[in-house]
Amino acid sequence: MNRHLLSIHDVSAVDIVRILDTAESFREVGTRVIKKVPALRGRTIVNLFYENSTRTRISFELAAKRLSADVINFTTSGTSVSKGESLKDTALTLQAMGADAIVIRHSSSGAPFTLTKWVKGSVLNAGDGTHEHPTQALLDMYTMRERLGKIEGLRVAIVGDVLHSRVARSLSFGLVKMGAEVTLVGPPTLIPPEAPSWGVQVSYDIDGVLPKLDVCYMLRVQRERQRQQYFPSVREYSRLFGLTNARVGMLPEGSLIMHPGPMNRGVEIDSDVADLPQSVIEEQVTNGIAVRMSLLYLLLGGTGVEEASADV
Amino acid sequence: MGGTKARLLDGAEIRRSVTRIAHEILERNKGAGEVALVGIANRGDDLARRLAAEIERIEGEQVPVGALDITFYRDDIGMRAEAPEVHETRIGFDINGRTVVLVDDVLFTGRTIRAAMDALVDFGRPTAIQLAVLVDRGHRELPIRPDYVGKNVPTRKDEDVRVMLAELDGEDAVILEERGAAPRSPAGKAAKGDER
Repeated sequence: MNRHLLSIHDVSAVDIVRILDTAESFREVGTRVIKKVPALRGRTIVNLFYENSTRTRISFELAAKRLSADVINFTTSGTSVSKGESLKDTALTLQAMGADAIVIRHSSSGAPFTLTKWVKGSVLNAGDGTHEHPTQALLDMYTMRERLGKIEGLRVAIVGDVLHSRVARSLSFGLVKMGAEVTLVGPPTLIPPEAPSWGVQVSYDIDGVLPKLDVCYMLRVQRERQRQQYFPSVREYSRLFGLTNARVGMLPEGSLIMHPGPMNRGVEIDSDVADLPQSVIEEQVTNGIAVRMSLLYLLLGGTGVEEASADV
Repeated sequence: MGGTKARLLDGAEIRRSVTRIAHEILERNKGAGEVALVGIANRGDDLARRLAAEIERIEGEQVPVGALDITFYRDDIGMRAEAPEVHETRIGFDINGRTVVLVDDVLFTGRTIRAAMDALVDFGRPTAIQLAVLVDRGHRELPIRPDYVGKNVPTRKDEDVRVMLAELDGEDAVILEERGAAPRSPAGKAAKGDER
């Protein structure tokens, strides 16, 4: 496996299966009385978050702690960054303090890649601009595989603001790589024009897509996009593309409703719909810890150097 | 298989060893009452299931059986090129107050058993932990001693002891090989002695 995880393109289909299989074992660890294993004892993992985040940061923190690594949370407010320190200097400082891995979220697409040029440890992308959010895609695929038994051949719709969504990009790439059939659904203004080149279908009509789905994946509507005139009003968006009480009945029996969070109840998803048994939004969160443990273990558990070290 | 130096145990001998160890476990613990078996993946878990079947045949009592993966407790994580492959852990019973018999195929340096004991105590506090192995090949690097042994085999450190069980390998046999003789793939299926 690659030393870094910057994009879903860094992992092959074989790697993805390995990551998900290993995550399975970490799910079991999460059910123990003592939910902690010593696998990464003595390693230091830094959470470097230039954007606000609750679930991703806490999920990474918990994952690292359950692997017995030491975790440092570095956010921009109240630190040297608010004094104007550059990403490079922050990275070099963390490196000098002995970070084995840096988990970074940044508003600029490509910031994690730039970071790899300055630090020796592993870099994990926890969301960069409108580029990618690979760990979210992996935990979503884990959830689909666990609930539906496979990924290959699944019919998945990703609904909403695909244009600005790093989740949609990573998930589309990952699902296509694993052989799922992906349809992007949303207003034409919010579907990137290059989307067909990803190997996905595009539709502007959610009602035509819903009856043929195994997974309906709703994206968060970023309200500031409305001010930027991507759609006329939140109410209209909700009426045309929201997963409403009226619409949810069109989904086939046994299909899943997913959302990466945080949800806008009543906008892209009706409150009652989010609480249906077929909605697995909380499971996504639980699985996220196991999948991130798996990634940290696989990235940091080896030296990355091919050498004969069998006789230890 | 090229590089095979000797067949240490055949299918019938493995069967007899398992039967004898089952008797010894019952004798030592005065019955099956508080006993639980936990096999170390891979192959230790298959042996544990065979022991449990024998104990049931002899005593008419079912003992709980679990499988333990010790990967996360290894002392060489970060020393090999790739993170070691992970197997399934399944302990579906409360180990508190039980005598847990750890079961493995080959006892070599003892490091696997050290890791297994660390893993086990994260599940609770057993009354006692005992150790059953099919083959003890010597060369201990830790103060660990088995309670039940199928066969003691003097080996050189540069030899491999390969245990094959019908469940995983299609046949029952224990063979002694020159190191590096066996193909090391698929990952994690290499001989135990080579692993640690």
